[in-house]
Amino acid sequence: MTSMTVNDAISAALAEEMRRDPTVLMFGEGTATKRRDLLDEFGPARVRNTPLAEGILAGTAAGAAATGLRPVVDLLFAPFLCYAMDEIVNSAGKLRAISGGQFSFPMVVMAMTGAGWGVGAQHNHNLEAWFVHAPGLKVVMPSNAADFKGLLKAAIRDDNPVLFFTDIALGYAEGEVPDGELVVPLGKAAVRREGADVTLVSYAKTVNHCLDAAGRLAEQGIEAEVVDLRTLKPLDEDTILASVRKTGRLVVVHEASRLCGVGAEIAALVSEKAFRSLRAPVLRLTGPDAPAPASYPLEQAFVPQAGAIAEAAAGLVRGA
Amino acid sequence: MSNHHRGVEALERMMLIRAYEETLVDLHGRGRAAGTCTSVGQEAAAVGVVSALGPDDQILTNHRSAGHLLARGADPRRMLAEVTGKADGYCKGMSGSLHIAAKELGVILTSTIVGGELALATGVGLSRSMLGGDGIVTCFFGDGAACEGRFQESLNLAAVWNLPVLYVCENNQWQAFVHRKETTLADGVTAQAAALGVAAATVDGNDVEAVHAAAATAVETVRRTRRPYLLEARTYRLRGHFEPDDQSYVDPAELAHWRDRDPILLQRARLERDGLLSADEVLRMEGAVRRTMDEAVAFAEASPYPGFDQITAAVYA
Ligand SMILES: Cc1ncc(C[n+]2csc(CCOP(=O)(O)OP(=O)(O)O)c2C)c(N)n1
Ligand SMILES: [Mg+2]
Repeated sequence: MTSMTVNDAISAALAEEMRRDPTVLMFGEGTATKRRDLLDEFGPARVRNTPLAEGILAGTAAGAAATGLRPVVDLLFAPFLCYAMDEIVNSAGKLRAISGGQFSFPMVVMAMTGAGWGVGAQHNHNLEAWFVHAPGLKVVMPSNAADFKGLLKAAIRDDNPVLFFTDIALGYAEGEVPDGELVVPLGKAAVRREGADVTLVSYAKTVNHCLDAAGRLAEQGIEAEVVDLRTLKPLDEDTILASVRKTGRLVVVHEASRLCGVGAEIAALVSEKAFRSLRAPVLRLTGPDAPAPASYPLEQAFVPQAGAIAEAAAGLVRGA
Repeated sequence: MSNHHRGVEALERMMLIRAYEETLVDLHGRGRAAGTCTSVGQEAAAVGVVSALGPDDQILTNHRSAGHLLARGADPRRMLAEVTGKADGYCKGMSGSLHIAAKELGVILTSTIVGGELALATGVGLSRSMLGGDGIVTCFFGDGAACEGRFQESLNLAAVWNLPVLYVCENNQWQAFVHRKETTLADGVTAQAAALGVAAATVDGNDVEAVHAAAATAVETVRRTRRPYLLEARTYRLRGHFEPDDQSYVDPAELAHWRDRDPILLQRARLERDGLLSADEVLRMEGAVRRTMDEAVAFAEASPYPGFDQITAAVYA
């Protein structure tokens, strides 16, 4: 095990994959400036700065991916993906199926989002569910350093376009990362804490809020199970359903807003496939239907915090 | 700037912008404000252009907006309150530093999506052209924004629809952490305007009087012809992209060259050379600017945080 930050875990994954596979390359606005170590090791053909133009960056990645390269494109902040929506959704996501499977798009689109930087809604917007809704795309949003490394490596090796979101508040979070080759398969959730009374499902930094909440609940004699989705698409239905069948209670927690969010999908899944196991209504704790505020206390209030999660879960257990 | 007072006024305004941004850097360093993009070194472009506008003209700007706002007469107290996330800020703490709009000053629709302002300017121009009056729209954007397709799209639509938009490219040589020479082979953006049938001019963006003169011509042209115009101000971003930034990626010789061309130093030297500025006057201005900023800091710190209800208060009309 080596202790490293999420940012370092990302760098390590990129370097290892570029070393392993000469068709992997990376570009973005400032990539060569900010990833000097990659530039030094792999040279300017594989580590590129770009003009400011997200549409053409994503389109270039898609075109290159379909014809022999494995690009990683860094689009910086999730809201900037709006400029690249056509290339990601209409091209990378669809041209495989509508060509009858003639093309694949082994590419990774990276972007940061989430509260923690006080820069407001045009940098902080958890829009990951939009891409879950679009066919042909995979969506990853890790919660800890080891997963950032292992999931990014898996994303680069995957033959589909993968959206890889980094919760900005986690960048400097340290974590233990196993030494040696670490590939975390896409589509597998992780049970971070076991418990029999209530299931807390989350992803990204609110997994940590759920773990905090589980600690507080344990003090009240309530055992919460915490499921970290890691990949939003494909969704690990089995792990979610197994947990809910055990606990009978479910709280889904995410920073993204509620309407048509990942929580809605999970609630629907559970009501379709584990209805008889439910002992209480499914609850969702999410960000509000509002652009993220810049002001620090408001930005924090926007995100479901441990206290509210513990309270909601305890309410479910006591009410039952 | 034909008369002396204007030259001195321009200098004082540039000094205020510099002091405001240095205050922000200081507040950030002490953990009291989020990071921010400063326009240190670019004050002449903001002051030169904005001082050429009329009271009914509108301004669209971007993430590097402090100069435009202060040149337009924004209250530094309310700007600092905004950047520190307080209720008395221009946007009630919802914006922070990157998208401060102040409709009362005609500074509208500020966007930190690079190119966002370019996409909106045509619509504002359309309103101006259909709803009457002789007001014009000024759209500030960077050399990086000119790499977005929106730049050409915006100019082209403004050209074919005869929209009264003055496009002002503040070419500060940097696009965040990438030098503009790495992103485009053209030396500046005016050639693209020519290709689209839009009148254009380039000016030394560090010479506030030259910028003012070029902007006055541009504003007059747009007002009279009701057609777009592109003005490119060649300038330089003397600090990093976003605080904090050690500028380790910047060529020291280039930085030194532009430091010598600091627009505040240039204007001060000109005024002193022409006998229009005394040492006493400089001291007076420095004192006034410092007092203004001290008051602004006190105001921002005393301002309360917004209530949590502000998060959802303004989402829908
Ligand atoms: C669509 C979009 N892409 C990327 C960014 C991140 N970003 C913010 S400012 C900036 C550089 C902009 O360069 P330029 O347009 O020249 O303006 P300057 O910052 O130099 O004033 C970048 C890349 C953004 N805010 N929006
Ligand atoms: Mg620039």
